[in-house]
Amino acid sequence: MTETLKISNLHVAVEGKPILSGVNLTIHRGEVHALMGPNGSGKSTLAGAIMGHPKLEITEGTIELDGRSILEWDTSERARAGVFMAFQRPMAIPGVKMADFLRHATTNVRYPSRKEGEQLIPMREFRKELREKMAQLRMDEEFARRYVNDGFSGGEMKRAEILQMAMLRPKFAVLDETDSGLDVDAVKLASQSIAEIGGAEMGILIITHHDRLLEHNVPDFTHVMLGGRIVETGGVELARELYTEGYDQVRARHPEDAAIEKEMTSIEKKVASGAA
Amino acid sequence: MSTAIASTGFSQEAFDAFLTTRDEPGWLIDMRRNAWRRFEELPMPSVRDEEWMRTDIRLFKLDRFGLPHSSPLDASPAHATEPHGVLAAGVEVGGRSTTLDGRLVVGELATKWAKQGVLFGSLDRMAAEHGDLLRPYFQRHVVDPFRDKFSALNAAGWSGGTLLYVPKGVRIEDPFHSLSVLGDGGIDFGKILVILDRDAEATVLTEVASLSANGGGLHCGSMELIVERGAGLRYVSLQNWGDEVWHFAHQKAHVASEGRLQWTIGALGSRLSKVNQHIAMTGPDAEVQVNGVMFTEGRQHLSYNTHQHHQAAYCKSDLLYKAALQDHSRTVWRGMIKVEKDAQRTDAYQRNDNLMLSRDARADSIPGLEIEADDVRCTHGSTSGRVDEQQLFYAMTRGYSRREAVRMIVTGFFQQVFDRITIEGVRNALSEAIGRRVRDIKEAVA
Repeated sequence: MTETLKISNLHVAVEGKPILSGVNLTIHRGEVHALMGPNGSGKSTLAGAIMGHPKLEITEGTIELDGRSILEWDTSERARAGVFMAFQRPMAIPGVKMADFLRHATTNVRYPSRKEGEQLIPMREFRKELREKMAQLRMDEEFARRYVNDGFSGGEMKRAEILQMAMLRPKFAVLDETDSGLDVDAVKLASQSIAEIGGAEMGILIITHHDRLLEHNVPDFTHVMLGGRIVETGGVELARELYTEGYDQVRARHPEDAAIEKEMTSIEKKVASGAA
Repeated sequence: MSTAIASTGFSQEAFDAFLTTRDEPGWLIDMRRNAWRRFEELPMPSVRDEEWMRTDIRLFKLDRFGLPHSSPLDASPAHATEPHGVLAAGVEVGGRSTTLDGRLVVGELATKWAKQGVLFGSLDRMAAEHGDLLRPYFQRHVVDPFRDKFSALNAAGWSGGTLLYVPKGVRIEDPFHSLSVLGDGGIDFGKILVILDRDAEATVLTEVASLSANGGGLHCGSMELIVERGAGLRYVSLQNWGDEVWHFAHQKAHVASEGRLQWTIGALGSRLSKVNQHIAMTGPDAEVQVNGVMFTEGRQHLSYNTHQHHQAAYCKSDLLYKAALQDHSRTVWRGMIKVEKDAQRTDAYQRNDNLMLSRDARADSIPGLEIEADDVRCTHGSTSGRVDEQQLFYAMTRGYSRREAVRMIVTGFFQQVFDRITIEGVRNALSEAIGRRVRDIKEAVA
């Protein structure tokens, strides 16, 4: 059986205000999905809902992993079940070294039933693997000794997110604007890196504005989100079209969703910066 | 003044009896008598005093305690359970001393340092044996005995205590370790005197603890650190009293020109602490770094007044205090940077960060500046907040449970102070002591 992340008729509200209103999306392991859409259409909220952000309220619908609902699972349980998210703006955790942070995270994700206080992956073994992955991503070894995202440049943060994904080896990964704030070369490197760390093994949902991130991760499906719903699904050519043409044609084809989008824009902005 | 039982309390008779047990020079007895008079005149501090308005000690009953015993400690059962400190575990020390209720249990000084004129051990004994050497340092009154009722009481009734004296130019790498232990309901009126003569260097690790974690008692202490010209002192003190101990202390350093002081404080224990930590830079080009870490729980109340006093030009002081608070506990930090008119080109910094792990905890953070020179750089900052929800969410997307995430974030919060501590063994010991508390974190609100 192919492993599947299935989102059905998902409705999500923040502080009582509806943001997503009936999202359907099925991702099989090994597939690449691109999720595009104008700012404020609900993309980041969908990412947050998949990870179980506590401020998001699921009012209707389901999210299933291999046929089991994960709605009652907290974020940690979802991560341990193999769901990952690369953050648009990762949090800094001052005083905690990247290597220590990741050793603990990697142990928990690889041994999902690990209880607090139980053994971590042996230091030597972990360091060796981390060094290999960092070399693969062309990251300086010094990186592992720095505090998590503390004082990182935009590019460093995004690479650190990809490094984490490489170490955690998720089944499903949501990349929330992993290309934003990066220059052309950095996006190219990120795109290559995702492919190199075994992106083909995962089910990937790439939230993006650019098609360059998709260069080495050619989407099997492209979805367009507008006003809290997925209004169109196509192949890789749709991603290219949206990148060059923008969203006006999509809005014209879906006037009702465009109207909702307009209303929601202000709310989503708040969510993107605060909650998800 | 009357007390229910003649042999306890702080009556004139009790004080006279205490003096007859002291085997020390007349000038010291005179100092004690002066301080005693002041002690009797001064009122108990109350919330009406500005410095005490946030620290209510109405439940503290001084008369339940009495003046310390000066007699040497008998071999007693408590002795058998002599606790070991955490700071010097596995470290080669230049000397060590342990006291129980202010009375000496162990005192040792490595021969090679003794041969170079270093003095280390019980201040009681040292004052009796080296009175002429120590007299000018005592009479400098680094801690003002008349400052308040507690400073007067310590000056009158101190007993036991610890002395480190390092002569001119002697540089000691191995740290000195002193441990003061309180039995349940015990009293400790310790006085710590550290003197580094010109160009001397030393490291001192002091820690205080109770025999039992929930023990009570009274500590009314003083600490005087004298760093002479060009000398360098690294001083660490870890306060780990039992949950019911009342802890009042005046701690003050004099740092002369080109002197260096790194002073690190860890505060974990006691029911109530009221500590004045005062650093006076008395000569130009002195450099001082102060680090403080606190972790409070239950109904603990820890109040720290810090004072960076720039009396001379070109000095640098840098203070960082960090506290994590659980349950109904409370911390008060009042920091003052005072720059005298002649202290031009002062570079002073103070910062206090508090991490609230409970909705019922409270941290008061009151930075202050008083600047009379016109060419200075003085900055301060303070933050108080809960564990950040977004940080928690981020860590949980990496498979951390909520509690693991909280503990990691709290550990990181303190790591930023530990990073400043240059003595590896101490850094590890302090982080271990804090780590034990962090592992006990029950929950954390956001």
